[in-house]
Amino acid sequence: MKHQLWRLFAAFFKIGAFTFGGGWAMISIIEKEVVTKNHWVEKDEFLDLLAVAQSLPGILAVNISVAVGDKIRGFKGSIAASAGTILPSFLIILAIAIFLTPEAINTNPVLTSIFKGLRPAVVALIIAPVITSARAAKISWKTIWIPVAVALLVWSRLPVVSNPILYIVLGGLGGYLYLRRHHKMLRAADKHDNDPQLEKEDEQ
Amino acid sequence: MIYLRLIWSYLKIGLFGFGGGYAMLALIEREIVGPGWISKKMFTDIVAISQMTPGPIGINSATYIGYVAPAHTTAAFADNPLWGILGSLICTLTVVLPSYFLVLYTSHFIRRHRDSVAIQGIFMGLRPVVVGLIASAALLLMNDQNFGTVDADIIKSICICAAAFCLVFWTKLHPIIVILIAGVAGFLIF
Repeated sequence: MKHQLWRLFAAFFKIGAFTFGGGWAMISIIEKEVVTKNHWVEKDEFLDLLAVAQSLPGILAVNISVAVGDKIRGFKGSIAASAGTILPSFLIILAIAIFLTPEAINTNPVLTSIFKGLRPAVVALIIAPVITSARAAKISWKTIWIPVAVALLVWSRLPVVSNPILYIVLGGLGGYLYLRRHHKMLRAADKHDNDPQLEKEDEQ
Repeated sequence: MIYLRLIWSYLKIGLFGFGGGYAMLALIEREIVGPGWISKKMFTDIVAISQMTPGPIGINSATYIGYVAPAHTTAAFADNPLWGILGSLICTLTVVLPSYFLVLYTSHFIRRHRDSVAIQGIFMGLRPVVVGLIASAALLLMNDQNFGTVDADIIKSICICAAAFCLVFWTKLHPIIVILIAGVAGFLIF
């Protein structure tokens, strides 16, 4: 049991140490460590955890690690995973703040050229999970308009419609109303077949 | 007392910072640069450093601001780096704290009501939205800052992006290895 907590911490330490460009860039690495390598979480469950992490305020990468850690090992798991995510950047930034001046980092030609190569690769690391998550979400030709519309509207940077929160609220509400209607229709069909058990449930 | 004020500001940033690192920067600027705890120039430096170092930008900036703010505002704190380290610890923990409990509480609530129509419906509707949000993050990052402004740079960047995608998606190489290869490639060709 302790062994698994340690592995959880180590996996997220790696994730924290090699993520450039924020929470979304982490998804590829987290998916590899959590879904493919260790089989801690199923693919569609992983998407639900992402939905929770994205729907709440705070730092996306930390939210994801808390949700995944908690899912795998409860409270202790959430501490191990989030500590793993935070520690590398905390230590690196602290070392820079104590020993270096900002200019030494920002104008270093070697670092600058390394980062020119890193940044486009980070974008690729975000394109890959678009496809894997679309598969996990079972996106079909009937539902593909939803992610396409959301992506283009958020990208547009227009006021109001580019706010991601809007689509989280709409998506959650839409899904709920759709499923409720679907259930009612199923029940109505069952009632039609004179199922006494279901009728009783409906009265309650 | 600067530490208490930092705690208050970072609790607010952690609680109201929606939409990931870059969206949080505006809030951080208002809360931290506004009252003069660090200078505008320091803030620009912090953003640049956060992009040059691994980890979430929210953590990076909290650690850095926590270190420099006490010395910047109170002369007595400038003598000993321990005051800065204390500030780093405080800011990093407080920015994480609100969302930590929110995520934990929400996850437990969802698990308890896993089978309800409401939770299942909400997640059914959220899944395609999350796919769209990841796609929008990719689109937003295809900008000058990541792909360069000169034609030659843009072509090189697109090649790196395409190669990295193939390595991650088809050859199933670990993303960390792809990051390392891209760093070496950048050092060689730029």
